[in-house]
Amino acid sequence: MKNLFDWLDQRTGYRKITQDVLYENVPGGSRWRYVWGSTLTFAFVVQIITGMALWLGYAPSSRTAWESVFHIQNNIAGGWIVRGLHHYTAQAMTILLVLHLMQVVIDGAYKAPREVNFWFGLLLLLLVLALSLTGYLLPWDQKGFWATKVATNIAAITPGIGRAVQQILVGGPDYGNATLTRFFALHAGILPGTVILLIVVHIYLFRRHGLTAKTPLRRPDAAFWPDQVLKDSVACLAVLAAVLVLTVRHHGAELGPPADPTNNFSAARPEWYFLFLFQFLKYFPGGTEAIGAIWIPGAILLLIFLMPFLGKWKLGHRFNIGFLFCLLAGGCILTWRAVAEDRGKPEVAAAIKNAEESAARIKALAESPQGIPAGGALLLLRQDPLTQGPRLFARHCASCHRFGGQDGLGNIPAEPETASDLKGYGSRAWLAGLLDPAQVDSVHYFGGTAWKNGRMAKFVKKKAAAFTPEQKATLAKVIEAVSAEAGLPAQEKLDAASVADIQLGRTSFNDDLTCGECHTFHNHDDNATAPDLTGYASREWLISFIGDPAQDRFFGKRNDRMPSFGAKKILDAESIGLVADWLRGDWAGNEALR
Amino acid sequence: MRDSVANEKPNRRDFFKRAAAVFLGAVAALTPIMAALAVLLDPLRRREQGTGLWVRVVPLAALPNNGVPQKFAVSADRTDAWNKYPNVPVGAVYLRRTGPETVAAFNAICPHAGGFIDYAEPCHCFVCPLHNSRFGLDGSIQDPKSPSPRPMDSLEVEIRGDEIWVRFEDFQAGIRRKIPA
Repeated sequence: MKNLFDWLDQRTGYRKITQDVLYENVPGGSRWRYVWGSTLTFAFVVQIITGMALWLGYAPSSRTAWESVFHIQNNIAGGWIVRGLHHYTAQAMTILLVLHLMQVVIDGAYKAPREVNFWFGLLLLLLVLALSLTGYLLPWDQKGFWATKVATNIAAITPGIGRAVQQILVGGPDYGNATLTRFFALHAGILPGTVILLIVVHIYLFRRHGLTAKTPLRRPDAAFWPDQVLKDSVACLAVLAAVLVLTVRHHGAELGPPADPTNNFSAARPEWYFLFLFQFLKYFPGGTEAIGAIWIPGAILLLIFLMPFLGKWKLGHRFNIGFLFCLLAGGCILTWRAVAEDRGKPEVAAAIKNAEESAARIKALAESPQGIPAGGALLLLRQDPLTQGPRLFARHCASCHRFGGQDGLGNIPAEPETASDLKGYGSRAWLAGLLDPAQVDSVHYFGGTAWKNGRMAKFVKKKAAAFTPEQKATLAKVIEAVSAEAGLPAQEKLDAASVADIQLGRTSFNDDLTCGECHTFHNHDDNATAPDLTGYASREWLISFIGDPAQDRFFGKRNDRMPSFGAKKILDAESIGLVADWLRGDWAGNEALR
Repeated sequence: MRDSVANEKPNRRDFFKRAAAVFLGAVAALTPIMAALAVLLDPLRRREQGTGLWVRVVPLAALPNNGVPQKFAVSADRTDAWNKYPNVPVGAVYLRRTGPETVAAFNAICPHAGGFIDYAEPCHCFVCPLHNSRFGLDGSIQDPKSPSPRPMDSLEVEIRGDEIWVRFEDFQAGIRRKIPA
């Protein structure tokens, strides 16, 4: 064995290299304050390892990026751990970079002859931030998409070259496949490759000039191995432990709903360590953004680059330290302000809540038997009644109608309720309310409409109110019969269990309760004056009704104010279908109700 | 490079320091490596889908009576990583009438190295264009020097009504035994 190692050493000189690496002199012995460089190297190695693993499953295109990240997160063994490690180590690196920079400046390790190494360190810092920025977009979720869009728009305001830089980054005038391929090439190839090159030079220069010891030296000099290596290992393990805790706590990393260029995300914010810059820009009125985004940060960076020259004087060194502390304090205050302002904005909280619900919903849809279609996961949300129904209802229906007292999205509209509350529409409970003398002319039914004192309301308030117990029992069967027309998923079992009563109710509709005097129900009557209740609240009935309530089949010329959403092309057929399905509670995942 | 200070003799305290440094460093390094390995090896726990299932191929009438094999695509639902595709082609079979109501079926994949087998009209035989494996109409190896380790992979066939159903399955290439992939 020894011969083999001798053979290898003669050809590679590995023993001397190992000797040089491990037995580097540490003036004054090992100290905890020297661990930051090693922890950063460790964090970068973790990023390389986990990044390669993510690369095995990631596909950069606008129809596969989110989908492949979802697959990594939820289906691949160890995928969520790798994703979490990558995500939180990136954040740890930013903190470690700041600590490393502070330690270098406080200890005077940036002064001659180490200026060049200091500059390489600063370049590395900028590259790591660029890695973070490019990585934020890759999952192609709402947050990353809109936040990065803002970031590239800011790049575009750079005087002269801004627009060109933006187009080169984005891969054209619009966000899409080319943006992802470019950001991925930057994130996984160009930037890390450059970082590796600079780290090699950085470590070479560090070794060339030796460690800058914190004076006064407390102990005699010692070798890097094993004392400093032990301290470095403990620090690396501590970083890893913190990252692992966050990874386990969040089961990987957050993945919002897929990017939707047609649906803005009010809570789009950059990563927390860019929040100070995000907040800083708020203080620059229109037309002066370049001052806040380019010139001031550029001037600060230039000053930091010049620190080795300022540090030649004792006062200059103190200025450098003070300046960095002020910068750190300013960054903290701006970050705190950004967070505090967001906490005071209800629209941000609503957008976050909505995004969380969409993310949970799309996870359920993607894991359902239909899975993710070739057209991408966004289609699942776009074709999902539970997602789109409330949005369409809030936009087009909630100015008159309510859904459980709100607009479908949980907000109370400013306009008063002037049409029926449609929560549970077509169900036995909803119809029982309509036929209740105490409720029929309430605001939840006909109270706000032209039919407040119409024939139906009069029938309920006078005739139905005076029903005998036998007639009331018959009315209950009629309600069951009419409600069964809807075929509501939530009532499937109930309908199946009362077939005989439903049959009786159908007969009584025309015979005993005289409903057929106004309505048609499984018969034809040209003189009918009220809506045809054949197939009432079924998908087909609702779609036809929403499309044009002024048809003879429904309200005809007596239609109150309801727009003909289909006939007047206010909504397309797909949207009307989504509203109908949502009102009927007919969506994937609702099978549990049946 | 500065002079190293490696010449001090190690003592017991140093030994523990070294052991601790190696152990802690290894734990820190191995954690991401193990997680990455789990991702790398994930495909080992996945099985081929769309195989071993009975699928309807064509009506019996679509197959000529002259015994000449015909190639047909086999469709099934398929999950491709994150996407689900309903009823898409997952492979191909050769069907050949062996009687008025009997049909022979072979997987169109060569058992040698997974190439796609052609039917060659001049020799009335199956030929793999990659390494020239030749098979008879019954799927048997024709050439004694054939690189294929086994005959073509026959598949179970059933005539249901007037339609041909096949139990479609892929098999491991390059070995003598016919083992499902």
